[in-house]
Amino acid sequence: MKELDPLVFLVVFQEMLGPLLWLMIAVIVVGTAAFVALLLKERTINSKRLVRAEFAGLLGGVLALVLMARVSSSGFTDAGGPADWFLIALVFGLGLAGTAILVYTVLGWRRPAKS
Amino acid sequence: MDHETFARILDDAGRQGLSRRSFLRLGAAGAGGLLLTPATARAAARLKSPARIVIAGAGAAGLAAASHLAARLDGASITLIDARKEHFYQPGFTLVASGIKPLSYVVSTTREYLPGGVELIEEAVAEFDPEGNKLVTASGKAVPYDFLVVATGLKLDYAAIAGMDVEQIGNNGLGSIYHSPAKAEATWRAMSNFADNGGVGVFLRPDTEMKCAGAPLKYTFVTDDYLRRRGNRGKAELVYNANNKVLFSVPIVHEKVRMLFEDRGVKMNYERVLQSIDPGRKLAVFRTPVGPVELQYDFINVIPPMRAPDPVRNSPLRWMEGAWANDGWIEVDKHNLRHKRFANIFAVGDVAGVPKGKTAASVKWQVPVAVDHLLATIEGKESTAHYGGYTSCPLITRLGQAMLVEFDYRDNLVPSFPGVIAPLEELWISWVMKTMALKPTYVSMLRGRA
Repeated sequence: MKELDPLVFLVVFQEMLGPLLWLMIAVIVVGTAAFVALLLKERTINSKRLVRAEFAGLLGGVLALVLMARVSSSGFTDAGGPADWFLIALVFGLGLAGTAILVYTVLGWRRPAKS
Repeated sequence: MDHETFARILDDAGRQGLSRRSFLRLGAAGAGGLLLTPATARAAARLKSPARIVIAGAGAAGLAAASHLAARLDGASITLIDARKEHFYQPGFTLVASGIKPLSYVVSTTREYLPGGVELIEEAVAEFDPEGNKLVTASGKAVPYDFLVVATGLKLDYAAIAGMDVEQIGNNGLGSIYHSPAKAEATWRAMSNFADNGGVGVFLRPDTEMKCAGAPLKYTFVTDDYLRRRGNRGKAELVYNANNKVLFSVPIVHEKVRMLFEDRGVKMNYERVLQSIDPGRKLAVFRTPVGPVELQYDFINVIPPMRAPDPVRNSPLRWMEGAWANDGWIEVDKHNLRHKRFANIFAVGDVAGVPKGKTAASVKWQVPVAVDHLLATIEGKESTAHYGGYTSCPLITRLGQAMLVEFDYRDNLVPSFPGVIAPLEELWISWVMKTMALKPTYVSMLRGRA
C-alpha cells in the first residue's frame, strides 16, 4: 500500500459523495474564511448572536444524524456499542458545530452588531 | 507530513474506513501537508518495459490488476480479456436481496473502469496454453503473452444440484442471491413474501470453496430480522444447514455465530449438503452422513457449488492433487499468488487456489502483492511483498448492524480498528461501513487508487 497516490482519500470520498463533496468543501472553506474574517472585523464574540447560532446548531446536529441514517439505510435503534455512540456523537457534533458557525457568520455579516 | 504517517493513514483508509487515531493524525497533519503535497511527487517511477501482459478476466481482480500494472509500467502492452460488458459490484448482492439497495446499485460497465492504454478484448477465454505462453479466445484467436494474470473468477455450478432451475429463482419461495443482480432482486421478492407469511426458511452453503462465506449467514440473519419486524417470527422456523461441522471456518467466528443463531432461534444442522431440489413441491434433499434427508421449505436460499471456470479447470493451471484439484482452482503460492509451476503466471481473486478469501477484500490485498512480484521479475529483482491471507466480511446480523470480521490464513482476527470497532460485536458503525464506505473503496480499488 506504500505506493499509493496521496489523494486516495479524496478519491474515496469523491466516490462516496460525488459532486456533493466539492460543494461541502466549498461551504466549509468559504464559511470558515468568512467566520474568521468576521471575528477579525468585530474583535469580539457577540453573545446574543452566539446563543441563536447554537440553537440553530442543535437543529443542524439532528439534521446531520437524519442524513446519516438515510444514506446508510439505518434506523434509529441500531446503535449497539460504544463505537456507535462515538460515531453518533461525532456526527451530531459536526452538524452542530458546522451549523452554529455558519449561522453565526451569516447573521454577523447580514446584521452587523451595533457597538 | 512524513511519508510513513501518510502511508499509515492511507493504509487505514484502504481498509474501508478510518480509525480515530489516523483521523486525528490526518487532522494534525492537516491542511499544511495533505492538499499541498503534489501527487506526482510520491508516484513511483514507472518501469520501462515492452512486456506483453495478458489479464484473463475483467472483474474486480482483473480490473484492479490492470490499473496497478498500467500505473507502474511504461511501454508494456496490457490486454484484458472478458466477454461480459457489465460489471457487477458483488458485495452489494446481499443488500439488493435484502431490499436495502436497488438493482442499479450493483450494475455498471467494465469500460468505465478500464485504465488508459489497456486493451479490452470482449471475448471469453476458451483455452489456456501455459507451455506455449498463449491463450485462445472463444473465436479461436490466439493471444500470446510474456506474463499472464488469471482473474477469471469462478463458475456457479447450479447444474450440480439436481432439479435446480435458475429460471425459477424468485418464484415459489426459491431464492438464490449469487446468480446475478436480477436474481438477487427476485430473491428479495421471494424472501419478503416469506417474511409476510412465515413457514419454514431453509438456508445452506455448498461443500466447495465459495465466495464470501459470510453471505449465507448474513441472509439468514436478515430474514430473521424481517420476520421479527413484520411480527411473523412466531409463524416461522429458520433452519441453517452447514456443509461441515462449523458455521464459519474461523473457529472464534463460528462460536460467535452459533451463539447468535441460538439467540435468534435459528436451528442449526451440520454436515448437510444440498443434493437436489424440487421447486414445484418445495422440497430440498440434503446429503448427510446418515443418508439423504428431505426438508420441506417455504423459502430457500440456494447457494450452488462453486468451481473454477471450465477452461481453467481443464488446463494445466489447476492444482494437480489435493482437495482443490477436482474443482480446478489454480495452483499458486498463497503468499505471492505466483503459479507454482509456471513462473510467468499469477492468479488473483476467486480463481486462485488459496485458502479462505474469495472476497473483494482479498482482491484488494492480493493484487498489489502479485503485481509487485510480476514487476520485480521484469526488473530481474526479488520482491518482498507478502500476502498473509487478510480478508474481511462485514457480517450483517440484523438490518442496521454488522460485525466487522477480519481475519487471515492463520484464523487470527486482524481488526483494522482495534479498541474502537470490536470484531465480534454487533455494531451500527460496521453496518455504516458496509452500506456507505465499502462501494466507494471498492471502486477506488478498481481504479488502482486504493
